[in-house]
Amino acid sequence: MNSYPIHSKPFGEHAILIEWPNEIERAILDDILIFIEHLKSTRLKESSWEMVPAYNSLALINRKQKINHASLSKELISWYKERSEVAKKPSYLWKLPVCYDLEFGIDLEEVAKIKGKTIEQIVTLHTSSSYTVFGIGFLPGFMYLGGLPKDLETPRKAVPRLHVEKGGVGLAGKQTGIYPQDSPGGWNIIGNCPVPIFDTSKENPCFVNVGDSIQFYSITKAQYDLHIIQAEVGLDLIKKITINA
Amino acid sequence: MLRVAKSGFFTSIQDKGRFGYRNMGVPVSGAMDQHAASLANALLENSEDDAVMEITMSGPILEFFNSTYITITGANLSPSLNGEEIEMHSVHKVLEGDKLTFGSHIDGLRGYLGVKGGLLTDCILNSRSFYKPVTPSARLNDGVEIPYQEVSSFEPKITHITTENIDKVSLLKVSRGPEYDILSEKEQTDLFGKPFTIAKENNRMAYQLEQILDTHTHSMLTSATIPGTVQITPAGKIIILMRDGQTTGGYPRILQLSDEAINVLAQKTFGDEISFQLS
Repeated sequence: MNSYPIHSKPFGEHAILIEWPNEIERAILDDILIFIEHLKSTRLKESSWEMVPAYNSLALINRKQKINHASLSKELISWYKERSEVAKKPSYLWKLPVCYDLEFGIDLEEVAKIKGKTIEQIVTLHTSSSYTVFGIGFLPGFMYLGGLPKDLETPRKAVPRLHVEKGGVGLAGKQTGIYPQDSPGGWNIIGNCPVPIFDTSKENPCFVNVGDSIQFYSITKAQYDLHIIQAEVGLDLIKKITINA
Repeated sequence: MLRVAKSGFFTSIQDKGRFGYRNMGVPVSGAMDQHAASLANALLENSEDDAVMEITMSGPILEFFNSTYITITGANLSPSLNGEEIEMHSVHKVLEGDKLTFGSHIDGLRGYLGVKGGLLTDCILNSRSFYKPVTPSARLNDGVEIPYQEVSSFEPKITHITTENIDKVSLLKVSRGPEYDILSEKEQTDLFGKPFTIAKENNRMAYQLEQILDTHTHSMLTSATIPGTVQITPAGKIIILMRDGQTTGGYPRILQLSDEAINVLAQKTFGDEISFQLS
């Protein structure tokens, strides 16, 4: 297990921010997740603290109490040394269906043109990699996915759309992701995922956690319609594979 | 039960907020001015977690179907009960058939209606605070009915309190944000030396300011944001995240508002002036 030179910064009256080296790296993300599990199981009560990991940082936010930054900062450094890999929770690889039909992939032709590829090649590239969830934020259930093939890096749209459909799968710069709700957005939309990523009727409204991976697979319009019906009746048919347990 | 005959400019139900779901991207939400909302609950001797109605700038028309006790705190939007003006920060008895209306906007921006025992809209993910898509709607629509418990007798320990003029305070106490150091010495001086004006773009998610700082090219990895986080965009625009603000962001976080400063800012609107003070 790697150890990193971490440091903390005050973040207002109720929060403290811990930062790892400024890199997008799976090993750093894993170290953050191990530290979270260690804090949760031994040091900080989950009822009082929220923990928000993203890329190379972890924010600890106290629900009510004001923080003594000087003492907590010292404690965190010593708690960091106590952590052990045993604490790591399993991560999952989620296989999510995407319909790349032009009905949903409204920017697919444009993206293919920009990248000098056929639509089939774009879909093959997009479905051939698995993407690491480096953070969840921006909107409930919005995943920051890392690991996009270089050949798919596409600039954001010059003028953002006022309305992107829920489930819209997009490309922007080095990122790909799914819009979990209808929202304004500037990403190039190449398809739609019929599986709801954020659902308040579920006990756990978001099945994906930071540290999990996502791989997309292509489905037809007919399969898409079937998925929508399955989601409506609450059938949970998402493919899940345990990784690095 | 009470019926929202007309909902007004932007009226919603809020409580202390939604905790424990930030790691799924769910903002904490809750009353924008927590101080005023708590005051309403305190006067009614409610639990501090009870839900109140947040009324922005122009008030709703509300019809009560059961007797209860109410109080109104925060912005003064000239409340009247059955056509007769009623005092702010006082406990009033309401009977079946009573009608609560609001008139001119006197001060502040957000008023809070507290009802004895709290408003009992659906509790979703441990909170009644409206936030779309966690709740089906972001605001109360015309004709909606809101449940509450009927109370026919209650003797409040305190029936009225006097408060300071809500518009008098414009100083926001802040601490340094995680990326404070990217600011030049001149920017740091500018930030605390002169007042800023609230821009048209202000709502429950964020407040933007009219004046801009220098442009910057500082790039950072997306990281957590919380209510009161002051961000600076590459174009130098200053954005202050509020209760419905996103849980992560990629803009440098230069300052962080104190709890009290968030409440103060929640009562400001387009054209109002504020200034920052390091504490």
